Amino acid sequence: MNLIEYIELVFTDYTLRTITLGTAILGAICGMLGSFAVLRKQSLLGDAISHAALPGIAIAFLIIGTKNSSVFLLGALISGLVGTFWIRGIINKTHLKSDTALGLILSLFFGFGMLLLTYIQKKPNANQAGLESYLFGQAATLLESDVWLMAIVTAISLIILLLFWKELKLLLFDTDYTKTLGFNIKFLDILITTFIVIAIILGLQTVGVVLMSAMLLAPAAAARQWTNNLSIMVILAAIFGAASGVIGTAISASHNNLSTGPVIVLAAGVLVAFSFIFSPSRGLLFREIRFRKNRNDLQLHKTLSFMYNIAKTHEDITHPHAIKILNNFQGFTKKSLQQLEDKDFVQIKGNMWSMTESGYQNASNLYDQLLKENNE
Amino acid sequence: MNSAQIEIQLIASLVAIACAIPGTFLVLRKMALITDAISHSILPGIVIGFFITHDLSSPLLILLAAASGVITVILVEFIQKTGLVKEDTAIGLVFPALFSIGIILIAQNANDVHLDVDAVLLGELAFAPFDRLILGGIDVGPKSLWIIGIILCFSIGLLIAFFKELKVSTFDVGLASSMGLSPVLMHYGLMTMSSITTVGAFDAVGAILVIALMIAPAATAYLLTNDLKKMLLLSVLFGVCSAILGYWFAHILDLSISGSMTTVLGFIFLMVYLFAPNKGLFSVLYRQRQQRIEVSLLTFLLHLGNHIEEEERHVKHLNEHINWQKVRSKLVLNLALNNNMITIENNIVSLTKKGESFTTEAIDYIVNNKNAEIENMKDRFFLFRG
Repeated sequence: MNLIEYIELVFTDYTLRTITLGTAILGAICGMLGSFAVLRKQSLLGDAISHAALPGIAIAFLIIGTKNSSVFLLGALISGLVGTFWIRGIINKTHLKSDTALGLILSLFFGFGMLLLTYIQKKPNANQAGLESYLFGQAATLLESDVWLMAIVTAISLIILLLFWKELKLLLFDTDYTKTLGFNIKFLDILITTFIVIAIILGLQTVGVVLMSAMLLAPAAAARQWTNNLSIMVILAAIFGAASGVIGTAISASHNNLSTGPVIVLAAGVLVAFSFIFSPSRGLLFREIRFRKNRNDLQLHKTLSFMYNIAKTHEDITHPHAIKILNNFQGFTKKSLQQLEDKDFVQIKGNMWSMTESGYQNASNLYDQLLKENNE
Repeated sequence: MNSAQIEIQLIASLVAIACAIPGTFLVLRKMALITDAISHSILPGIVIGFFITHDLSSPLLILLAAASGVITVILVEFIQKTGLVKEDTAIGLVFPALFSIGIILIAQNANDVHLDVDAVLLGELAFAPFDRLILGGIDVGPKSLWIIGIILCFSIGLLIAFFKELKVSTFDVGLASSMGLSPVLMHYGLMTMSSITTVGAFDAVGAILVIALMIAPAATAYLLTNDLKKMLLLSVLFGVCSAILGYWFAHILDLSISGSMTTVLGFIFLMVYLFAPNKGLFSVLYRQRQQRIEVSLLTFLLHLGNHIEEEERHVKHLNEHINWQKVRSKLVLNLALNNNMITIENNIVSLTKKGESFTTEAIDYIVNNKNAEIENMKDRFFLFRG
């Protein structure tokens, strides 16, 4: 199946449409809420929670005995929340740091979940197949009802975000100030954490436990590179998330043997790498270009002021000098001399240089500036 | 107990010890989550190694997997150094990407690779004794026992050789580099050792249990002691306990061994977290409560010291005036009485001599704000000792 066929199929094939819609919505909600997780320095919460959800799913299955994705979600949500608040407790009440707390909850809950899963597998109940799809994700098992659920949750979280936008923004950037203004920090904190946990749980079925953290992080980390404005960042992250969902689904559907989850994550990863390199204000490429330019400017100025010092000693500032005398000076290159000539600061005749009027003026200003700064 | 059971317990204990040693340092260096990243991102290394060797326990595969672990660390540090995102975000970006590559590699070659992602992540200790190492036709024991044994010897040797260097560079990077010990070398040495241990252990117990075995014993030990040597010993002890208890627990109930080992670890951690002296939840809560009452007592005594008029010092009036609940006022009042800070006559509270000097010193403390003084005061005035 090639890409064009795929696009045709999206509009005709029920399964493909459901999966594409599902991953797009999932990407959007993850990007949206992930922005908050990233800015609150809770990036790896996603990883911890997605692992911590496993015992909840297993216990939910043990209680009801059949596969029912909404009950699974509820179980996962409860155990995810228990995990989150235990992490909080460990960080607040003991001297263990957040990385240790996250790692502890992640591995201990997951191990306990595995124990329960092996217990379930022993039971004569044949209904257990598919529990493991929660581990590695299987976008193909998405049903229309799942997509509806995702859409509803996305809508609710969007409404909550809009309602509490100001408070949440304040909480993100200045917690103490929020407290002094009389907002209930605990409530806001629990609110946003709960929604992050919900988003993580929703994604488990599609991309699986391990890759969920990237789903939450990558769109937000990419969006962060393009803007310093929270609302733009959230919108961008939602778009990036949805885009990586759609692109990932498209690629995995048009090849054999490609599971959707990893491809979505890789698509998001490519977006992140692209943003890291090409973002105009923070990106590595433009930063390097700026860095080089500044360095060249500095060397140019150094050469100019050196020439100024030589020219100053002569009555006629345009008195020619040999280029040779510059050779011992650090920062002098043929190129920088050429650039100085292009700027009309010096004139070159044969292997002699002489300063022009404008070059002299410019250099003396440069010198003045330095002096002024020194005096200050 | 048959020989397979002994071998399983031996393997589990060795894995636990091998994990506890680097784990302790990782927890102390606040890098616990790097184990999470490594344990996932060794997958592409394992897959590529498996393509080449078709043997899950060949040395080449272990080296390749360890290399991909070290690459993870380098990538994380590179991203972190650009300053574009925080360290934890960098970790969260790198390992899922590498893990995805691993999964896709497996899926693409599903026909000629019998490598299960479940097996890598979850491991199956119960099968470990069946994979024997045959040397010159003689059965010398299970392969994984040899692998983890060699890794363990190696890491104990390194630990003894570089204990001082590791200790200094863990607690004071600046001091370490000024003493001429290279913290960078220690860092990468530790990372390489963690990668190798993770790889050596995953075959037997699975990636997730490796994380648990690295972090949980060390974290539990850290709640009990501040001494590095004791912490190392305690975490080894917790690891081995969980290995043996976990095995028997799994054996009796017929459940997954790695799952039950993790559960035992979790149980031990929970107990220590709740009941550890000084650092456990209950003792922290108790201390916080005591401190709250101490502050209340101070406020109360200062209030008394500020007011000579009788109506301000009436027992009932205090209730409304400092805005405390009844129970709390009673508590504070009793504490003050027991410490002979106040006397009550006809429901009028007044400071005793001892109370007055305490109040003056408290004001001094508040003005000077030197921490040492208040501890001294508490001892001299026997708070909470009646």
